[in-house]
Amino acid sequence: MISFTLWDMTRHLLVGAGWTIVLSVIAFVFGGAMGLAVLCVRISANPRLQRFGMAYIEFFQDTPLLMQFFLIFFGLALFGVDISPLFAAMLGLTLFTSAYLAEIWRGCVESLPKGQWEASACLAMSRWEQLRHVILPQALRIAVPPTVGFSVQVVKGTAVASIIGFVEITKTGTMIANATFRPLTVYALVALGYFLMCYPLSVAARRVERRLHAAGRR
Amino acid sequence: MAYQFSFEPVFANWGLLVQGAALTLVLTAVSAAVGLAVGILGAVSRQWRLPILCQVFTAYVECIRNTPFLVQLYFIYFSLPALGMRLNGWEASVLAMVLNLGAYSTEIIRAGVASVPRGLIEAAESLAMSRWQCLFHVVLRPALKNVWPALCSQIVIVMLGSSVCSQIAAEELTFEANLIQSRTFRAFEVYLVSTGMYLLLAVGVRRCLHFFGRHYICRGRA
Repeated sequence: MISFTLWDMTRHLLVGAGWTIVLSVIAFVFGGAMGLAVLCVRISANPRLQRFGMAYIEFFQDTPLLMQFFLIFFGLALFGVDISPLFAAMLGLTLFTSAYLAEIWRGCVESLPKGQWEASACLAMSRWEQLRHVILPQALRIAVPPTVGFSVQVVKGTAVASIIGFVEITKTGTMIANATFRPLTVYALVALGYFLMCYPLSVAARRVERRLHAAGRR
Repeated sequence: MAYQFSFEPVFANWGLLVQGAALTLVLTAVSAAVGLAVGILGAVSRQWRLPILCQVFTAYVECIRNTPFLVQLYFIYFSLPALGMRLNGWEASVLAMVLNLGAYSTEIIRAGVASVPRGLIEAAESLAMSRWQCLFHVVLRPALKNVWPALCSQIVIVMLGSSVCSQIAAEELTFEANLIQSRTFRAFEVYLVSTGMYLLLAVGVRRCLHFFGRHYICRGRA
C-alpha cells in the first residue's frame, strides 16, 4: 500500500494549482479581449446591437457558471465536436469573463463626463476615433482596480471546472481526499492554495484603487 | 447534424424541476436572512473597531472572499466531520451560503455605514438618542438604503452559486437536473431548460428584492 505524506499531497496539489493558474490566465486574457468586443457592441450607436450586448451580458450574469459549463460541454458534443474538459472550461470561463468585464468597463466608460464625447464629436472624430483616442484611454485608468478585483472571481470560477472533470487544484484535492481519507488536511491545503493565489490579487486591487483615488483628488 | 431535440422527457419530469427550484429559493431565502444579519454585525464591529470582533471579522472576510464557494462547501461537508461536526447536504449548503454571503455583505454594508456623515451621528447623540437608537435609525437605515442594490446583486450571485450545492447532494435545481439527465440521457435539453429556470429565478428574485427594498428600507425619507 502506498502511503501519502504531507509532502506528497502538497506536491500533487501544486501541479493542480498550476492548471488552475493556466486556466485562469487563459480565461482572463481571452475574456478580456472578447470583453472589449462586447463592450463595443454594448455601447455602439445602434440600438439593436446595444440590446444584443445587453442580453449577452445579462445571460451570463443571471445563470450559474456551472450551467454554462454543462451547456457547452454537452451542447458542443451534439454537433459532433468531441471536446475535452479543459477546452469546455476554457470556453465557458472566457465567455463568463467577457460578459462581466464588458459590464465593468461599461460602468467606467459611462462614468466619464458626457462633455468628453461631445467635445470629441466637435472635433469631427468618428465614433471609433472618439473611443480610440478620447474615451478608452481615460476609461482604462478608472478600470484598472475593478478589473484586477475581478481577476479574483476568475480564479475562484475555475473551481467549478472541477465538476465537469477538469483536473485542477479542487479536483486533485477531491481525488487525494478520496484516496487518503484525510479530507480535513487536504481541503485545508486546497483552501490555502486558493488563498495564496487570490489574496495578492485582492491586495493589489485595493492598493491600485487607493492610489487612483489619491491621484484623482483635487 | 443528425441530432433530434426532444424536450418531452424533460417536461415529463417537470415536477422535479419545480421542486428543485423551490428548494433553491428556500436555500436563498434562509441564507439571505441570516447572511445579512451576519453582515450587519460584521460591518458594525469593523467600522466601530469593537475589540476582538473586529479582528475576527477581518480574518473571516478575507478567508471567505479569497477562496471559492465550492471549496468552502467541500470543507464544511467533507472536512468538518473529522472535527466531530456532521452535517447533511442541506445543512452544509445553508451554512456555506450563510458564511459566504455574510462575508460579502460585511464589506458591502461597511461601505454603507462609512458613508453616513459623522455630523449626523453627532446630531443624533445631541438629541439624547441612545446608542442603539442611533445605530438603528441614523446609521443602519440610511446605510442599508445606500447599498441595497449591491446587496441585491450579491444575493442573486449567491443564489446562482448555490448550483454547485448539487455536488454534495443538496436537492436543489441543479441536482434535479442532473437526476433527470441521468435518467433520460437528454443532457442538453435538461440543462437548457434548467438554465432558463435559473434565468427566471434570478430576474424574479432581483425584482422582489428591489420591491422589498423600496417599500421597507427606502420608505419615506428625503
